[in-house]
Amino acid sequence: MNPTGWDLFLSSLWPIIGGAIAGTIPLAVVSFVIGLAIAVVIALMRLSKVRAVSAVAGVYISIVRGTPLLVQLFVIFYGLPSIGVVIPPWPSAVVAFSINVGGYAAEVIRAAILSVPKGQWEAAYMIGMSHGRALTRIILPQAARVSVPPLSNTFISLVKDTSLASLILVTDLFRQAQKVAAFSQEFMLLYLEAALVYWVICLVLSSGQGLLEKRLDRYVAH
Amino acid sequence: MSPTDASALLTVRGLQKSFGDNSVLASIDVTLGAGNVLALIGPSGSGKTTLLRCLNGLELADGGTIDVAGERRLDFGSPVGKKDLLALRDQSAMVFQHYNLFPHKTVLENVIEGPVVVQKRPRAEAAADALALLERVGLTEKKNDYPFELSGGQQQRVGIVRALALKPRLLLFDEPTSALDPELVGDVLGLIKELAGEGWSMVIATHELEFAREVANEVAFVDGGVIVERGDPEQMLRHPREERTRQFLHRLLFPF
Repeated sequence: MNPTGWDLFLSSLWPIIGGAIAGTIPLAVVSFVIGLAIAVVIALMRLSKVRAVSAVAGVYISIVRGTPLLVQLFVIFYGLPSIGVVIPPWPSAVVAFSINVGGYAAEVIRAAILSVPKGQWEAAYMIGMSHGRALTRIILPQAARVSVPPLSNTFISLVKDTSLASLILVTDLFRQAQKVAAFSQEFMLLYLEAALVYWVICLVLSSGQGLLEKRLDRYVAH
Repeated sequence: MSPTDASALLTVRGLQKSFGDNSVLASIDVTLGAGNVLALIGPSGSGKTTLLRCLNGLELADGGTIDVAGERRLDFGSPVGKKDLLALRDQSAMVFQHYNLFPHKTVLENVIEGPVVVQKRPRAEAAADALALLERVGLTEKKNDYPFELSGGQQQRVGIVRALALKPRLLLFDEPTSALDPELVGDVLGLIKELAGEGWSMVIATHELEFAREVANEVAFVDGGVIVERGDPEQMLRHPREERTRQFLHRLLFPF
C-alpha cells in the first residue's frame, strides 16, 4: 500500500466506524429486539390449535422467507409513499428488518418450543399450572436456551444485511464507505475496508455467542 | 365393592379411555380408602400409566367417573370443563418415571414453584416447608444445585418432594424407579415406604413386586385395560387366582 493509500485508510476508518456505531449496530439491535417479539407471537400462532390462526402465521413466514429482503425494504421506503404512507429512512429500515427477523426467528422459536420434552408440560400441569403459565414459566425459558445458537446466527446475518439500508439513505457503515469512495475514487480500498470492519464486528459477535452458549448449555433438558 | 364408599378417598367407576381405535382403559373401577396404598402391577401398555394420568387429569377420560375425597364427582360421560380438570389435579400430585424436573430451576425452585406460583403461598413459608422436606430426604446441601448436577436417585427424591410440597390428598407414582440404576432403586423405594407409613394415600404403578407386597394394602393386576384381579398383596402375589396373573408374575420372577 502506498503512503497515500495508508493515509486514506486511516482517515476513513473513523467515519466508517462512526457509521457502524451510529447506524449499523443500533439498527441491528433495535430491529432484532422488535423482530424477536414478533417472532414469539408468530411462533405461538403457528403452534395454535386454531387452524385459521396457524394459517395466518404460516402465510407471514412464507412471504417473509420467500421474498428478497431488498425488495421488502424498497416496498416500505419507496413503495408505501405512493399510497400516502411516508416513513423516513431509519424507521423504514427498522420496520423492514424487524418484519424479516420476525419471519426467520419464528421458525427457530417454534422448533425450540417443540424441542422441549412433553414431560415438562406434564410436570407443569401436574403442579397445577394453566397452559399459559406453563408456557411462560416452564417451556419458553427452556426454549430460549435452545434458540440461542440459531438466533445468534440470525443476528449476525442481520448485522451484515443492514448494509442494504444504505440503499434507502440510512447513514450506516457501508454508506460512509461509499461516500469516501465516491469522493476519493479509491473503490477497492474503501470497500475492502468496509468488509474488514464488518468482519471484525462479526468476529466479536461470534466469540460472544460461543461464551453465551457455554454458559446456557448446562441447563438444557436432555 | 360398594357403589360409593363414603369413607373412600378415591372412587373410580367405569373409567374408559381410547386413543383412536385403541382402547387403553376398558372399564376401570378403583376404590381407595384414606391412608391406604394401592399398587398397580401389569405388563407395559396394560393401562397402568394411563389410569394414573387420568386420575391427575393429564389425560381426559372418555367415560366413567372419578371422585376424590367425595368433594366433586367428575363424570367424563359428559363434557368436562377446564376448571373441573384443574380441581381434580389439585387433589393429587404425581411422581413421574423420568422425574420431569424443571432443568432451568434449582432444586429449591423446583419444589416451591407450585406452592408459590400456583397456590399463591408466601415464598418464605413455602421455602421453609420445602427445606424441611429436602432435609428429610437428605438433600439439604443440594438445594441450590440444578437437576443435571444430581444422580437419578436424587432427582427422583426431588420429584417426590415436589409432589409432597403441593400438599395433595393423593400421591400418584408412575413407575418411580423404572428409570433408575439398580443400586439407586432402594433409596427411592425406602422413601415411598416411609411415606406410606406416615399415612399418605397412594396409587403406585410398579414392577417391583417385593416392594408392592411390603408397601401396599391392595394390589391390582391390570391387563388389557381392565383390572383382572385384585386383592391382598400376600395372597395376590403368592397365590394368584387368575391364569393371566400367574403368567405375568412368572415372567417377572423368571425372565429367562
